[in-house]
Amino acid sequence: MEMLVASAIGVMTAGGIYLVLRLRTFPVIMGISLLTYAVNVFLFTSGRLTTGAPPILRDGVAIYADPLPQALVLTAIVISFGMTAVVVMIGLGAFLGSDDDHVDDPTDENEDRAGDAS
Amino acid sequence: MSLFFIVALPFFGALLPGLMNSAGRSACAGVTFTVTLAAFVGLLTNLPAVLAGDLVTARLEWMPALGLNFTLMLDGLGFFFALLILGIGLLIIAYARHYLSREDNMGEFFTYLLLFQGAMVGIVLSDNILLLLVFWELTSLSSFLLIGYWKHLPEARQGARMALTVTGMGGLCMIGGMLILGQIAGSYDLSVILQNRDLIQADPLYLTALILILLGCFTKSAQFPFHFWLPHAMAAPTPVSAYLHSATMVKAGIFLMARMWPVLSGTPEWFVIVTTAGLATMVLGATIALFKNDLKSLLAFSTVSHLGLITMLLGTGTAFGAMAATFHILNHATFKAALFMSAGIIDHEAHTRDIRRLGGLRTLMPVTFVIVALASLSMAGIPLLNGFLSKEMMLEEATHTVLFDTPWLVPVLATVASVFSAAYCFRLIGHVFFGPVRDDYPAKPHDPGAGLWLPPALLVVLVVVIGVAPFLAEPFVKLVTVSVLGNAAEVPTAYFKIWHGLVPALYLSIVAVVGGLVLLITFQLLNRIWESTPRPEAKTIFDALIAGVVLLAQKLILGLHNGAFTRYAMIAFVAILAAGYHAWSTGTVGGATRLPQSAGPVPIAGWGMLVAATIGLVFLHRNRFLSLMLIGIVGLMVSVGFVFFSAPDLAMTQFTVEVVTIILLLLALNFLPKYTPVESTLLRRVRDGGVAVAGGLATFALAHHYLLRDAVSTPISEFHLANSYKGGGGTNAVNVILVDFRGFDTYGEIIVLGIAALLIYALTETLLNGPVRARLLNRKPDQKRAGDTHPMMMVVLTRVIMPVILMVGFYIFLRGHNEPGGGFIAGLVVSIGVVMQYMASGFAWTSTRLKYPYHGVIGAGVLIAGLTGIGSWFVGKPFLTSDFAYVRIPPFEEFELATAALFDLGVFLAVVGAVMLSLESFSRLARRASQPESEHPMDIDPSREGPDADPAPTAKEAF
Repeated sequence: MEMLVASAIGVMTAGGIYLVLRLRTFPVIMGISLLTYAVNVFLFTSGRLTTGAPPILRDGVAIYADPLPQALVLTAIVISFGMTAVVVMIGLGAFLGSDDDHVDDPTDENEDRAGDAS
Repeated sequence: MSLFFIVALPFFGALLPGLMNSAGRSACAGVTFTVTLAAFVGLLTNLPAVLAGDLVTARLEWMPALGLNFTLMLDGLGFFFALLILGIGLLIIAYARHYLSREDNMGEFFTYLLLFQGAMVGIVLSDNILLLLVFWELTSLSSFLLIGYWKHLPEARQGARMALTVTGMGGLCMIGGMLILGQIAGSYDLSVILQNRDLIQADPLYLTALILILLGCFTKSAQFPFHFWLPHAMAAPTPVSAYLHSATMVKAGIFLMARMWPVLSGTPEWFVIVTTAGLATMVLGATIALFKNDLKSLLAFSTVSHLGLITMLLGTGTAFGAMAATFHILNHATFKAALFMSAGIIDHEAHTRDIRRLGGLRTLMPVTFVIVALASLSMAGIPLLNGFLSKEMMLEEATHTVLFDTPWLVPVLATVASVFSAAYCFRLIGHVFFGPVRDDYPAKPHDPGAGLWLPPALLVVLVVVIGVAPFLAEPFVKLVTVSVLGNAAEVPTAYFKIWHGLVPALYLSIVAVVGGLVLLITFQLLNRIWESTPRPEAKTIFDALIAGVVLLAQKLILGLHNGAFTRYAMIAFVAILAAGYHAWSTGTVGGATRLPQSAGPVPIAGWGMLVAATIGLVFLHRNRFLSLMLIGIVGLMVSVGFVFFSAPDLAMTQFTVEVVTIILLLLALNFLPKYTPVESTLLRRVRDGGVAVAGGLATFALAHHYLLRDAVSTPISEFHLANSYKGGGGTNAVNVILVDFRGFDTYGEIIVLGIAALLIYALTETLLNGPVRARLLNRKPDQKRAGDTHPMMMVVLTRVIMPVILMVGFYIFLRGHNEPGGGFIAGLVVSIGVVMQYMASGFAWTSTRLKYPYHGVIGAGVLIAGLTGIGSWFVGKPFLTSDFAYVRIPPFEEFELATAALFDLGVFLAVVGAVMLSLESFSRLARRASQPESEHPMDIDPSREGPDADPAPTAKEAF
């Protein structure tokens, strides 16, 4: 089980990194989202893996999943929505303003690329 | 009055002029005057103690761990300077009331002036050198505002910037010097430092500290080679020049040299550096001043020269030199402030300050003439005026000073400076007031009202009184000298007298006056020579220097920040990987302590979907709709994983967030291109893939390692589980942590979320009000529009389901404390319900039914959460302490009432507001772009009759 979770984190991280290094805003945003999943799951697993023991107190139950990483990740998920929204807005604003959705500033070599962007 | 009040009064008083602005100019000046007068009187109440030789102190612990305490002290020296600052401040305020024109914003002016005054008083009363540094920087900042007060003038802005750059750089050096000094002495309290002369002078870092502190003093007091900022600061209104350059700003450096005199002076290093700088400044300033045609420039360079004189006297390191310096500080403040104010009067009345355009004003402005004549003659060193006394003391000291083993050097240079000094004073009188009355003044000059001439006149009275009866000033100057000297030297017994007999200083004085007259007579010839000699222009050098620094900074920063995001990201990833590798290879890893758990077919299937979706996303990311679907699968699998690993709250949150995120991305994709073209080379893709795989492997290894090991120390989670019910009153530990144990965190997070939403709103507004608006209006959708954008089935269904969603949200909210749920999740659920209305029935339809703006909802949420937290103050508990009780209202079962629920309500509202404001902003962009919506929620509505039943579809089908 640990192998599955750890490899899932690894795969999502790798995919996220690759997409963040792309040249257009949309794949970069996808990459950031993937990285967010990976990081959230990574943080969540710092409480180690527990099945069938949610941290809801019950009489006669002694083993619970670690509630603290859960609480921290819960807010992280909501905040990451806010951050994604801001990044998307910035990317969208840049595209609407310049008809160009490259993440890199134009340099001398690719100055004329804006025209064929769409 | 407590010293705290004296320092605090100008700062708090600075709030008043702005408020009184609308009450009229007199009220504005009046309130400023009153504040300063209060501080002045407060200072005078401490006079008996100072006269008795006591040290008045006030102490407040601020950051004792850093050695930074709010400690103030008042001795003779501090009293002397505070008296000058507040006393001349009063005159300046009265003068400025009549000087500033109706176009000038008086409230702003007096606010800056009071800020500056407070900072100056703070410097001279500080007992802690760190506190002194704080005030020191405050004077740099507030003088920047004052010098640049006439923002519309480019020279004012440039002058202010130059002053800030030079004094700010000096301030930075001084911070270093002061820190070294504090380290050596083991305390940042001046009273301690001043006792440690031998310790400090024996330290190997003494010279470094000395040079750094002197750099601060020299830049502030415009000593050569930092003198150039002062004349450019003359672009300020004249009251500012009179205040900053006679009694305050430039005297701060002098003050500090005097303050530090007992510990820093007396060494050869001090003597050579300070005396040389002072002497050079004195000669240079006096020479340049003679050839300046602008009255204020002339006075500015004369100030530079006199500051050099005082510095030189302090540099000699003798008790007599210190006393002469103290006396000259007093004298210079009186005559120079009067002269600056008079220059302002001439400018005000004749509309020019150019000496070449003036002359013959003696009969036209007799009052001003008397003031200027007396003050100038005092500055020239004519007997029976106070300038004579201290200047003669300076010449006396000069004859005893041997610099660079050359006995004649200092006396000769001092005399040269005095000759030029006398010459420019005579020129000031002769070329402005004597000579024929001209008929080409820009305005008809006449004496101003008493409001303008009375302040300088009062100062001139002092000039004469001290000059005629020096014994009146003697006890006071000696009192100040005592505190300058500390216990480093004895106060000299010399008496202040007009006639000392035929001493060398007298001959030198006579040489100076005669030489000055000769220079004035031959001025035209000298001026031609001066004009034809090439001179380095300080401003050009300064500008070139600044341009060079800017160029360097640009080269460095633009080289690193070239705007390529992919490059930054790559550098970051590689750096993180390298740091991780370093930690991995140097750290130790313990053996596995946990047994791997076996995985059944269901988890393996989920894992397979997640991995497949991620890999698919990477390879198919060019099709953006497809990638949106794939990332949806990844998110779904993560949510399912949370369910599986005992985190129901997380699963619910992730799931709901997933829904709103996808909607948001769909809204954005409406505008963005639908496909990503192939641009990067294969090599680049392989390189990125390599980094990505390395990063993935690293995280995999890290996660796998720690999943199989227990925490090194016991996690604090045990505490949370144990106290969740006992202390927080809830059985859902996650929710109790959010709203209770770590409520402050959550409070911060909802604020961040609110700010993010407001940022999106602000960006949308900017876009919609800028050039993008036109683009959006002209934009042709790149995809076919649906013929039926608001399908009847969906409209009906979403409306039916809305109350159900609200009820579910309410239920999730209420049970949150004990079962999975709570404010965050309830907020997201309700948001989805509202978003569905937007999607089904259209933006216009939903907006008109919206009673509360989303900003308000966010604000209300944050306020409710904050007020809940504050509520605990009223019962004497820290912020956000929660309380709960169980109540029973028949016929319901017993239930719990907790203040945490109120806090959770705040969270709920903030989440709803933030999510909705973000989505609404995006859809507003979309609305701009598309055709106006139909007025009806449904495009095809069988219940609607008539030909105008569905006007929209025809329009929309055109696409």
